[in-house]
Amino acid sequence: MDLINNLLLGFGVAFTFQNLIYAFVGCLLGTLIGVLPGIGPLATIAMLLPATYGLPPVAALIMLAGIYYGAQYGGSTTAILVNLPGESSSVVTVLDGYQMARKGRAGPALAAAGLGSFFAGCVGTLILAGFAAPLTEVALEFGPAEYFSLMVVGLIGAVVLASGSLLKALSMIVLGLLLGLVGTDVNSGVARYSFDIPELTDGISILAIAMGIFGYGEIIQNLSHPDEKREVFTGKVDHIFPTAQDFKRMLPAVLRGTTLGSALGILPGGGALLSAFTAYTIEKKTKLQAGEIPFGQGNIRGVAAPEAANNAGAQTSFIPLLTLGIPPNAVMALMVGAMTIHNIQPGPQVMTSNPELFWGLIASMWIGNAMLVILNLPLIGIWIKLLTVPYKWLFPAIVLFCAIGVYSTNNNSFDIWMVALFGLIGYVFIKLGCEPAPLLLGLILGPMMEEYLRRALLISRGEWSVFVTRPISASLLVVALVLLTIVLLPAVKKKREEAFVED
Amino acid sequence: MPLVSQRDFLSGLMFMIVGSSFAWGAVDYEIGQAARMGPGYFPFMLGLILVGLGALVAVNSFRSGPPGGDRIGSIAWRPLVFILGANLLFGALLVGLPSFGLPPFGFIVAIFGLVTLSGYARQGCKLRESIILATILAVGSYVAFVKLLNLQFPVLPWFLAN
Repeated sequence: MDLINNLLLGFGVAFTFQNLIYAFVGCLLGTLIGVLPGIGPLATIAMLLPATYGLPPVAALIMLAGIYYGAQYGGSTTAILVNLPGESSSVVTVLDGYQMARKGRAGPALAAAGLGSFFAGCVGTLILAGFAAPLTEVALEFGPAEYFSLMVVGLIGAVVLASGSLLKALSMIVLGLLLGLVGTDVNSGVARYSFDIPELTDGISILAIAMGIFGYGEIIQNLSHPDEKREVFTGKVDHIFPTAQDFKRMLPAVLRGTTLGSALGILPGGGALLSAFTAYTIEKKTKLQAGEIPFGQGNIRGVAAPEAANNAGAQTSFIPLLTLGIPPNAVMALMVGAMTIHNIQPGPQVMTSNPELFWGLIASMWIGNAMLVILNLPLIGIWIKLLTVPYKWLFPAIVLFCAIGVYSTNNNSFDIWMVALFGLIGYVFIKLGCEPAPLLLGLILGPMMEEYLRRALLISRGEWSVFVTRPISASLLVVALVLLTIVLLPAVKKKREEAFVED
Repeated sequence: MPLVSQRDFLSGLMFMIVGSSFAWGAVDYEIGQAARMGPGYFPFMLGLILVGLGALVAVNSFRSGPPGGDRIGSIAWRPLVFILGANLLFGALLVGLPSFGLPPFGFIVAIFGLVTLSGYARQGCKLRESIILATILAVGSYVAFVKLLNLQFPVLPWFLAN
């Protein structure tokens, strides 16, 4: 079978000494930043991108991917032990996880999160491997009109599923698209919006924007409130292994979480955060068995389901990136940046032109998940120690790594000034309540969308109808329209607002 | 009519200003037609869309919003100035500012500058603590970035470098 041959090829690549090391480093860093509140995978991947220049592309991508799914594991530790989401995707884990810890059941809660994540990660990886080939076939049929419509669906999806105001999220996407256009136009050679600054003719560095907005903006915001009091369960966490009863309750929850996460991860705008949220909501709707602790008071299902879902979602959100070349969320947008740096054009051709990279990356995810269980369960003590590091030691280091990272991308101090500028802009966004993740997505898609639009209209001689007369393109646009209409329905709108207020 | 959400009103205003600047800038480039799009076509369209969306956001801010006026609240000047200032200082010390006659002081001095200055972003910061942290970070970064990852930095100040 093709799939087995491909996976064998992948494991051959992933099991080389060098790639194992990078997978491990990625998972370790991912857990580290997952555990630490106040720094997320976005800023970390942005900081480390420059450091991967010297690596072979496979090793670089394996490490960066490890950071993303590793953060999903680490985030749960903080959620359970400190009542603070270490990562945005573990927001709902806080609800029941922390209550379990207060009742002396931190061990089983951590185990439920870890084992649930591991199971979900394995399933997610398999789905990624299974779906990649057929989807790639479909993608090869796509012309410019289809690609343009697909990106419209992706962007609309990202807005619909994002939290907060719909209009503002849409505006942020358009703003991102516009910022993406700064620099030399590939078609005419005109340097747009570059104000005669030579550095700007190459466009604004996506790293400078990501670090400024997600790194500095957040730090400024974190420092603006006085030190919050953290109650950390630093005592010994024992009895890690859940009881038979726990397992019986966990298992169906993990299965539901995995299914949901795998499905939602593929959707544009989906990924870890949305999956965790939906999984918890569904778990809460199911009936409590006799003698079960209610949700919000330490029910193990409330930990297992969202943790499984966020990890499955993190895994399957690689599907649109690897098969269609379209990033479904902001972290994947940075992965596009990483691939471009290594001269790999993301899209359906990756599978045929770089099979070692494609299958090696997938295989490494399975290995990485196995490493993460070991990193997170037996070695939990180390991470607990880390949680006691105060923020005052942490934030200068983050500022420093951002500055070093951005300088080393081009060895040019211009990018350092840009980070400062976008740090300021990031703080303005926070103050105005504008969610910045859609902007990053638009930034990556801006030039691509323009190019596909240009080609589609060139072929059709300026007829806009080409987008609705070609069946695939038309159905994609219908999907986008349906998505928008659904959210605008008064009943759904209300529910959506309620759902996002809950955290 | 009273403003229900201050944040939304200002966001809408921001989108309108940015959108119109982009659209206005696009006029300087050739716009062309749909069949032969010039470099100004796509940004011009997007700029107009952004103005429209911004206007909707601003209008809506009079109609709905969270209770309490959704005010912007006070601005955290202290972290804002010190974090961004530390970043700028790092750049200036690392490579120097030739146009201002500032010579490059290199990586190590720049790290001390950044860590000490950014420390003041927090209230109750102690200089001694910052210097200890800076020393640790300087040694660690030198080993990790310069020695292991082989990234190219001017390490020493101009008078020590050959």
